[in-house]
Amino acid sequence: MKPEHLQFFIDPNRCIGCQACVQACTECDTHRGVSMIHLEYIERSRSVQTVPVVCMHCEQPTCAEVCPADAIKRTADGVVQSARKPRCIACGNCVMACPFGVPEVYEDRQLMMKCDMCYDRTSTGKKPMCATVCPSQALFFGTREQIEQLRPMSVPTNRFQFGNQSITTQVNMMLPKDGAHQMLVNVTDAMNDQPKARNVSLPVVSADPFAEVEVAL
Amino acid sequence: MATIPTDELNIIQHFGPHLARMSGERLSTAIEPDRLVKTHCCFCGQQCGIQLKVKGNEVIGFEPWEDFPFNRGMLCPKGVKRYLQGSHPDRLTTALRRDPKAEGGFAPISYADAIAKVASEIQRIQNAYGNDAIAMLSGASLTTEKAYLNGKFARVCLKTPYIDYNGRLCMVSAGAGNKKAFGIDRTTSPWSDMVGTEVVWVAGSNVAECSPITTNYIWQAREQGAKVIVQDPRITPIARTCDLFLPVKPGRDAALFSGVLQLMIENGWIDRQFIENHTNGFEQLADYCKQWTPAKTAEVTGVPERSIRLAAEWWGQAKSSFLFHARGIEHHSVGVQNVLGAINLVLASGRIGKPKSGYGTITGQANGQGGREHGQKCDQLPGLRDIANPEHRKYIASVWKIDEKDLPGPGVDAYELMRKIDAGEIKGLISICFNPMVSLPDNNFVRRALEKLEFYVAIDFFLNDTARYADIVLPGSLQEEDEGVVAQVEGRVIKINKAVDCPGEARQDWRIIQDIAKALNRPHGFTFTSPREIFEELRIASKGGIADYSGITYEKIERQFGVFWPCPSNDYKTGQPVPDHPGTPRLFEPGSYNSIAKGNGPFYFPDGKARFNVSEYRAPVDDISQEYPIFLTTGRVVSQFLSGTQTRRIGPLVDQYPEPRIEIHPRLAEKLGIQDKDWVTAETRRGSITLRAMVVTTIRPDTIFIPYHWAGKKSANQLTVSAQDPISKIPQYKVCGCRVKKADAPPSYEGKLEAQQ
Repeated sequence: MKPEHLQFFIDPNRCIGCQACVQACTECDTHRGVSMIHLEYIERSRSVQTVPVVCMHCEQPTCAEVCPADAIKRTADGVVQSARKPRCIACGNCVMACPFGVPEVYEDRQLMMKCDMCYDRTSTGKKPMCATVCPSQALFFGTREQIEQLRPMSVPTNRFQFGNQSITTQVNMMLPKDGAHQMLVNVTDAMNDQPKARNVSLPVVSADPFAEVEVAL
Repeated sequence: MATIPTDELNIIQHFGPHLARMSGERLSTAIEPDRLVKTHCCFCGQQCGIQLKVKGNEVIGFEPWEDFPFNRGMLCPKGVKRYLQGSHPDRLTTALRRDPKAEGGFAPISYADAIAKVASEIQRIQNAYGNDAIAMLSGASLTTEKAYLNGKFARVCLKTPYIDYNGRLCMVSAGAGNKKAFGIDRTTSPWSDMVGTEVVWVAGSNVAECSPITTNYIWQAREQGAKVIVQDPRITPIARTCDLFLPVKPGRDAALFSGVLQLMIENGWIDRQFIENHTNGFEQLADYCKQWTPAKTAEVTGVPERSIRLAAEWWGQAKSSFLFHARGIEHHSVGVQNVLGAINLVLASGRIGKPKSGYGTITGQANGQGGREHGQKCDQLPGLRDIANPEHRKYIASVWKIDEKDLPGPGVDAYELMRKIDAGEIKGLISICFNPMVSLPDNNFVRRALEKLEFYVAIDFFLNDTARYADIVLPGSLQEEDEGVVAQVEGRVIKINKAVDCPGEARQDWRIIQDIAKALNRPHGFTFTSPREIFEELRIASKGGIADYSGITYEKIERQFGVFWPCPSNDYKTGQPVPDHPGTPRLFEPGSYNSIAKGNGPFYFPDGKARFNVSEYRAPVDDISQEYPIFLTTGRVVSQFLSGTQTRRIGPLVDQYPEPRIEIHPRLAEKLGIQDKDWVTAETRRGSITLRAMVVTTIRPDTIFIPYHWAGKKSANQLTVSAQDPISKIPQYKVCGCRVKKADAPPSYEGKLEAQQ
C-alpha cells in the first residue's frame, strides 16, 4: 500500500527536459529497461519548454472502464496498476481512451504497460524513482504540507475537464496561484490557440528577446 | 612516434566508442545487490551523492542517496546511467602497444613490459634532450590525492616544470579572478544560502544542462520571492522562466557588468561603508566605468538599454543576492576581466560573507575545485601555494624531503605545452584524464603537435580519442575503482568510495604513476600504499596554505557529509590544536580570522581587504567580420559530459542527444536558405564542420551554437580559436567569427560512423 499522506505533484513549469526521470524510470523493478514516462518538448523550435507525463491515477480510470478484458485494476490506495499480464489482450482500447495519453501497448510482449507510481517503491514507503531524482523537482513526491510550504506561488489541483468528461486524479498538477480557473484545468480549452483566461503568473520569457538583434550577412 | 597507427575506422571498430546498455544482471529484477556503496557521481562538479549497487565485482545499478544534503537523492540523467561505464566492452584491461599490424592498431602487452618501456623512453629522451623534454597533462576529474601525486611526480620524479591540467579549459579564469579580488579561490557560500535571497544573477551558465541540481536551488529561491536574472546568448531552460533575460552578444560580458555598475554608482545603489572599510581600488574602477553609459553598453553588448537599467535597479537595491557564473563568461580571451566584472558587482553591493548572500563559480569537472588547489597546475604547489614563491618552495621541498634547488620552477599552460611540442622542445608526453584531441581548441593544430612527439604514453580506462596517437596505453582506473577526496562546487571536500576492483591488468592510477617512478629508479616519495597515505601527506603539504586541508580527515568527511576548506589542524590565532574544527562553509564573515589577514579583515590579503579591479572590456580575438559575420559559440548538452570518453559509450545517454547539431535562429536560417535538419557547413579561419541544423528561436539570430562533446569530423573544436586569456590562459571557446551555408553534400562520415563515434 502506498501511504495515503504521500502524494505525487507535477510542476511542468519547472521541467528542464533533462530526462533524468525517463532514465531513472527504466531502473524500476516492475518494468526494468523500459521507461513509462513520456517527456516531450511542446514545440522545440519556439521554446525549450518540456513537459513530463506520468500516469495521473484517475479515481475512475477511463483505461479500466474501456478495457474489455478487465485487465486494469485500481488498488485500494488509489494507484491504477499496469495491465495484468494474464488478462491483457493488447487491444489498445486504453491507449485510445486515456485522456492523458499515458498507456502504451508493447507489441513485443503483447501487453499494455504504464506508470504504476513505482509501486515496488511507493508500497514500501519509498519515493518513486522519477520524483526522487528529478533535479528541478518538477516531479515531487511528498505531503501536501510540504508542497504548500515549498511552492507558495502555486497550488495543486487534481481536477481536469476534457470536453464533457470531468476527471479527478490521485496525481496533482501545480497551477499558478492567481486566476479564477485554478482549481480546474480545462484541457480542451487549453488546446485552443488562444485559450480563454490564460493566466500564467510565473514569469516566462515570452516576448521575443531577440527582436532587436540584426542579422547582418 | 605519436601518429595514428591505422585507419581511424579500424581503431573505432576495436576500441569504440561502442554503446553499453542494460543487460544481464543489470536488467534482471531477480538479482539482489551484495551491497550499496555510498559515493558520488563521477561526472560534474556538483558531485551528487549516489549509492552504487554492487554484485560481485560489478556495479549493477544505483539507488538514490537521499541523506546526502547537497542533492538529497536528486540526479541528472548522467548520474542515473553512470553505472553503465563499468564492465564495458571497450574497457581497457591490458596495456597496449602501438602496432600498425595489429587489429585496431594496438597490441596487448604485459603491464610490466609496458611500464618498463615507458621508463626506458623517458630515460632515453631525458638523456638526449634534458629533463624538460618530458611533459605531463593531468586532469580535474581525478581525486585530489591523484592530482597532488601527479604534481609531485612531475616535479620530483620527472624533474620537469612541464605539467598542466585540463582545468586550464575550465576553472582558471574564475580562479585567477577570485585570487585577484579575494586572495582565495573558492565559492563563498554553501548553495543553501541561495534560498531566501532577493536576487539571483546567473551569468553565462546553462545551469539546467551543465549543473542540473543547482536548478532546484535557484527555483526554490524564486519560490521564496527571488528575482532571477540570466545573462546568456541563448534562452536555456534556466532562462526560459527568468524574470529578466540579458541576451548578451558573445564576448561582451565585461562591458555589461561595467554598464550595470555605472548605473549603480550614479543612483547611489552601492554600499559605501562596505567599500570604505573592506575594499581597495574602487575609485579607479569608478573612473573606468564612467564611459559605460547605458547607450554605449547597449550598443556594445546587444542588451536593450531598458534591460540594463532594470538589472542595475534590481541588483542595486536588493538587500540580499547571489551571483554565480560559469564558462559562458570565463571561456574568453578576456575571461579574467569578465570574472572581475562580476565580482565588482558583488563587492560594490557589499553583499558577501553574510547568510542569504553569496558569490561563486560553478565548477565543471568532478574535482574542478580540488583539482585546482594542490599542485597539478603549472604554477602551483599544494595548498594553493605559488611555485615561484621562495617561502612556499621551501616548505613544500621540506615536506617532499628534497633540496629546494631541485624543485623546478613554473611551467606553461596546457596549450602552450602543445606549442612547445610543436616547436620540438618537448619530445615526450604522459597524459591522464585529458583528451585534448576533443577538448582543446583548434584541434587540427593539436594533432600536428602530437604527431611530432617521439614518445607518448596515455593512461586511461578507455582508448580515448587522443590515446589513439599513443605509443603505449596504460589501463587506468574508473572512479568507482578507487577511493579519495574531491572538492565539489561549494568547496565541500567529500569522499569517493571504492565499489569494485580494477578488471584484468588495469591499475589504480596512483599505482601506475608510482610504478613508473620505481621503473625509473626514482622511487623517492612514491612509495604510498593507499590513497589514505597520500591524503595524510597532502594534509601536511596543504597546512598553512590557503587551501588548508590539515584538519580534514576521511572520518570527519563521512561524519559531517563533507568538510568545507579551509579546515586547519591548529587554530590560526592561537596555534592550539583544533581537532574538532568543522571547516568553513561561508567565507568572509565579518570578524573572521584567516591565515593571511591574521585578523586585519575577512579577505585573504595582509590588510584583510578585498580588491576592486578594473575589468576592461576588449573585443574578442577573431571577432565577427565581413568575411566571418556570424558568432560561433560552443557548450554542453545535459546527457553528455566533456569530451565524451565515458558518456559517448553509454547507450541511453547517446539516445538522448545522439549527434551534435548546429543551433540556428529561423531568421538567420531563412536568409541562408536553411531548414531544420538540413546539412549545414560552418566554417572559421581554422576549419569547417558539417552537421544537421536545429532551427530554434532560442538563440540570438546573429549566433550559432555547437556542443563540443564529439570527436573527429564532428568536433566543434576544429573551428574554435586558440586565443587565450593573458592571465588565466583559458582558451576563448565561447566566441569567434564564422560563416554558415547549406552544405553542398552530406559529410564524408555519413553512413560510416555510428552517432557517438
